[in-house]
Amino acid sequence: MSDAVICAQGLSKQYRIGNRQRATTLREGIIELARAPLRLGRRSAPETIWALKDVSFEIAPGEVVGVIGRNGAGKSTLLKILARITEPTEGRAEVRGRVGSLLEVGTGFHSELTGRENIYLNGAILGMKRIEIAEKFDEIVAFAEVEKFIDTPVKHYSSGMYLRLAFAVAAHLEHEILLVDEVLAVGDASFQKKCLGKMSEVSKGGRTVLFVSHNMAAVQGLCSRAVLIHGGRVAAIGPTNEIVTRYIRECLNPARFGNSFITRNEESGVVFKRFDLMGTDGQVLPSAQTGALVLMRLTVETPRPYNNVQAAIGVNTDCEDIRVCIFESWLVGAELTLQPPESHIYCAIPRMPLYPGNYRLNIQVMAGTEVLFYVPGAVDITVTDGDYYGTGNLPNRQWSGFVLAEQAWDAKPAGCQFSIADLLVRGKGTR
Amino acid sequence: MRGAGSHLTAPPVLVIEPSRGIGSLRLAELWEYRELLYFLVWRDLKVRYKQTLLGAVWAILQPLATAVVFTLFFGRIAKISSDGMPYPLFAYTGLLIWTLFSQGLMQAANSLVGSANLITKVYFPRLCIPVAAVIACLVDLAVAFPLLVALMAYHRVMPGLGLLALPAFLLLALLATIGVGLWLSALNVRYRDVRHAVPFLIQLWLFLSPVIYPTSLITPRLEKLGVPGWVLGCNPVAGAVEGFRWALLRPDTNPWPLVAASTASTFVILVTGMFYFRSVERSFADVV
Repeated sequence: MSDAVICAQGLSKQYRIGNRQRATTLREGIIELARAPLRLGRRSAPETIWALKDVSFEIAPGEVVGVIGRNGAGKSTLLKILARITEPTEGRAEVRGRVGSLLEVGTGFHSELTGRENIYLNGAILGMKRIEIAEKFDEIVAFAEVEKFIDTPVKHYSSGMYLRLAFAVAAHLEHEILLVDEVLAVGDASFQKKCLGKMSEVSKGGRTVLFVSHNMAAVQGLCSRAVLIHGGRVAAIGPTNEIVTRYIRECLNPARFGNSFITRNEESGVVFKRFDLMGTDGQVLPSAQTGALVLMRLTVETPRPYNNVQAAIGVNTDCEDIRVCIFESWLVGAELTLQPPESHIYCAIPRMPLYPGNYRLNIQVMAGTEVLFYVPGAVDITVTDGDYYGTGNLPNRQWSGFVLAEQAWDAKPAGCQFSIADLLVRGKGTR
Repeated sequence: MRGAGSHLTAPPVLVIEPSRGIGSLRLAELWEYRELLYFLVWRDLKVRYKQTLLGAVWAILQPLATAVVFTLFFGRIAKISSDGMPYPLFAYTGLLIWTLFSQGLMQAANSLVGSANLITKVYFPRLCIPVAAVIACLVDLAVAFPLLVALMAYHRVMPGLGLLALPAFLLLALLATIGVGLWLSALNVRYRDVRHAVPFLIQLWLFLSPVIYPTSLITPRLEKLGVPGWVLGCNPVAGAVEGFRWALLRPDTNPWPLVAASTASTFVILVTGMFYFRSVERSFADVV
């Protein structure tokens, strides 16, 4: 087991899912028990999923390791096991040193208590000793920039102040091992920058950090090594750049594409089953092409008809998770209905405006004010090179942003007459 | 994480693996987290009386108002015996212990579910949560205690040497509350029925405990049936209440068989409660 500070061997975690969840009231418990003998042989085994399966790795002292993977890949479960919040179903891990877990900023903050009181409370919850907190107190307050309001109940804080204070406490943890889950995903840009700065300071201080993030830039900036988790298993482990590249290439490309989903809204019974990209002739395409017509088709199973349905497909970049644009039926005044048992929702994009690259779609369908389903990060699509302007010149995303826009250009000597109508008629504009 | 690791020796190794069987109670760990326990108690107290008009007066008002009503109805009208003590004093002493027990149960039962945000985000011995909830109620008792001293002075009751045993009876009451509280809090995580059952349970329990009446009212009837009086001590509150009264008011009673029985039942409830708590603790984060 060498001198690794974290040594995981075959960690696995099983969760029950589906309609046969654990009984949550005594009555249900008794009914379950009474029914159990009658159900022998029939659907006996509860549906389970392995949120984590056979995860093994070693982390040396002082290493800063990124944990990356899609939503639901098992990253947070891994952190929760190492933080001892939940027990593994199988496997074991050995951890040397005090573990500080930052799965969230401001855990245990109480809105009625003042900033000062919350620093002590939160510090104690995170595992700091009272003397430690007292020593760090001024530093924490200065970092959070809340000196003036330190004796005001935090319920009167702005959300920015609240977050700064919460992060400040966490950032001053002295534990040898830190487990950090996406805490940088909150707050405004300047706050995130400050947090990142503090994080890199911490990581240079010789402490061991396990850092879960979807922010690839942050992972590449902070971590020397990365673990890629896919479907609850370790897909790859190695130098950060290599792993991040592999993540972007493999996990985010159309491997999952067109797969079935089981995203069911328990109340409405509506199930989001499939997403497809289609071409002019109605055949399913593996990817969309810049500048070409593309049809996005959602397949939805519904137990009853719905009127006044609105669908929205938000397009985000794959790594940075930045919203690029949204396709929304309501915006264009479309009136959609759903018919049982299964309906398709179509969204046609006459000329795909996205630059070539990988995008992640967030899909939501509502009926009136009722959310039928909302699936963030539902699908990853690839947009391939295409001739948007019909000039044979292909754009390059590296310098160009995300979206192509119609445009026309011209140049004339000053004083010459210029007609905008002319230019637009000529379309692309030349010379 | 045992405390032995100093900076010179290698840091202690923490092993994470699925727990099997009953396991140990890991009381040393609870001791290590005593500061957190302190902060949780402190938070409960701070928050409970924030933005209230009367603040800590509530801690006195509750047993006091109940004592007044009991004195009127049970002392004056129903003329229930109080072993020769002034009934208001008799009722108030009983109610101090009873308030600790009943409030402690209420707070403890909801404590884990109410702390779901902590349980799913940070590790610490989960025992801290219900224990802190009960200890906060002990502070309420301390606030209400001076009024008892005033009442005793008014009725010219002087405690004897039995006063020295007072802390022991308080401890007994505290442990009994923690024991039952552990059971309820852990059950409440899985079965939310507990939340509805607790007020009802407490109501019944009040009438089963010698708060309104002295045990001397019951024991002769039990003995006629051939049942020894100490059987009442299966109820851990009975011994705590009678002992508490004995220590303060020094009536000519002999609470010891009852106290012994209550100590035993408290011990059983506490130990089984801790083992049950520990055995389901591992699933709290997944269920809560």
